[in-house]
Amino acid sequence: MGSMAMVNLIWVFMTVVGIVFAMFNGTIDEVNKAIFSGAKEAVTICIGLISVLVFWLGMMKIAEQAGLLRKLTAIFRPLVTKLFPEVPKNHPAMGYILSNMMANLFGLGNAATPLGIKAMEELKKLNGGKSTASNSMITFLALNTSSVTLIPTTVIAIRMNYHSASPTDIVGPTLIATIFSAIAGISIDRFFYYRRLKKGG
Amino acid sequence: MEIVSLISLWMIPSLIGFILLYGTYKRVPTYESFVEGGKEGISIAFSIIPFLIGMLVAISVFRASGALEYFMGFLKPFFDFVGVPSEVAPLAIIRPISGNAALGMTSDLIATYGPDSYIGRLAATIQGSTDTTFYVLTVYFGAVGIRKMGDALKVGLLADLVGFIVAIVVVTLFFGK
Repeated sequence: MGSMAMVNLIWVFMTVVGIVFAMFNGTIDEVNKAIFSGAKEAVTICIGLISVLVFWLGMMKIAEQAGLLRKLTAIFRPLVTKLFPEVPKNHPAMGYILSNMMANLFGLGNAATPLGIKAMEELKKLNGGKSTASNSMITFLALNTSSVTLIPTTVIAIRMNYHSASPTDIVGPTLIATIFSAIAGISIDRFFYYRRLKKGG
Repeated sequence: MEIVSLISLWMIPSLIGFILLYGTYKRVPTYESFVEGGKEGISIAFSIIPFLIGMLVAISVFRASGALEYFMGFLKPFFDFVGVPSEVAPLAIIRPISGNAALGMTSDLIATYGPDSYIGRLAATIQGSTDTTFYVLTVYFGAVGIRKMGDALKVGLLADLVGFIVAIVVVTLFFGK
């Protein structure tokens, strides 16, 4: 299994079913046009993304060099250590977990991934190198997939591309939605965590 | 509701102002750092071109052939019943699997229905507020050789589902249908 295999299936399914459908539906002309217009649109979107990505990552570099991300890490540390009772407070795993969270918060997905892998490595060491997911790993994953996003930069860029009257008007709603889903993610994780403890796992 | 629009309006400018002032206070060479960090943005934008082309061509073909409409016809009663707009259902399916594929779908929805339409805003909020559970699972667990995932997949997918529902509720409350 794995996400890669599933993407392949969905991708082939949409394209092939579309072509077969066109055969019976008499829409092969539209399909021909769609192939090229779809590709062209994708490039247009990516070109539009450059402006926002360059600006945002430039800003983030300043924040990083000013030590802002480190400062935020210190603020969040007490809260996050509570979620990981099996990780000693000053263990390197804690540092990686926090830096990964901060990177996600600021929409720096590319910076978040290597930090996340580092965190996992440390958590695996703490778990005696076993190939089974530990409680902390599952909690880290829940935090990661439901992490709060401060500013959805790419989405704003796409809305700009299509001439939205106010491309940033989804920032507030997105923030609210992401905070609720983060709380839900943590609660769901805790639910399964205590259930495992009860079972003696 | 007032506060939410205020956040939308002020979040980005105030964050920029704060970062610049704080950077200056900490004696960061602000402009040089900005340029250095910005370069990375160019490579990221270019690196997602193949992801988007692949996904947008597939979606465009699926839509143009009439297949999308046909399948949605079947699913619509169910989604109407639970109060989910059927147009965003495919996005909900692909969002946990691939972030870039979902980005392609979000762009397609925004292009088709308009950025300021209910569906357009909903797609944007879903894309912005949820994350790729399968990707994180595969990459993080794969990199360190974790084979037994325990409750991880369940927890991640349930969190995604909640995020999806919350996005619908918030967008409907805030912008109306």
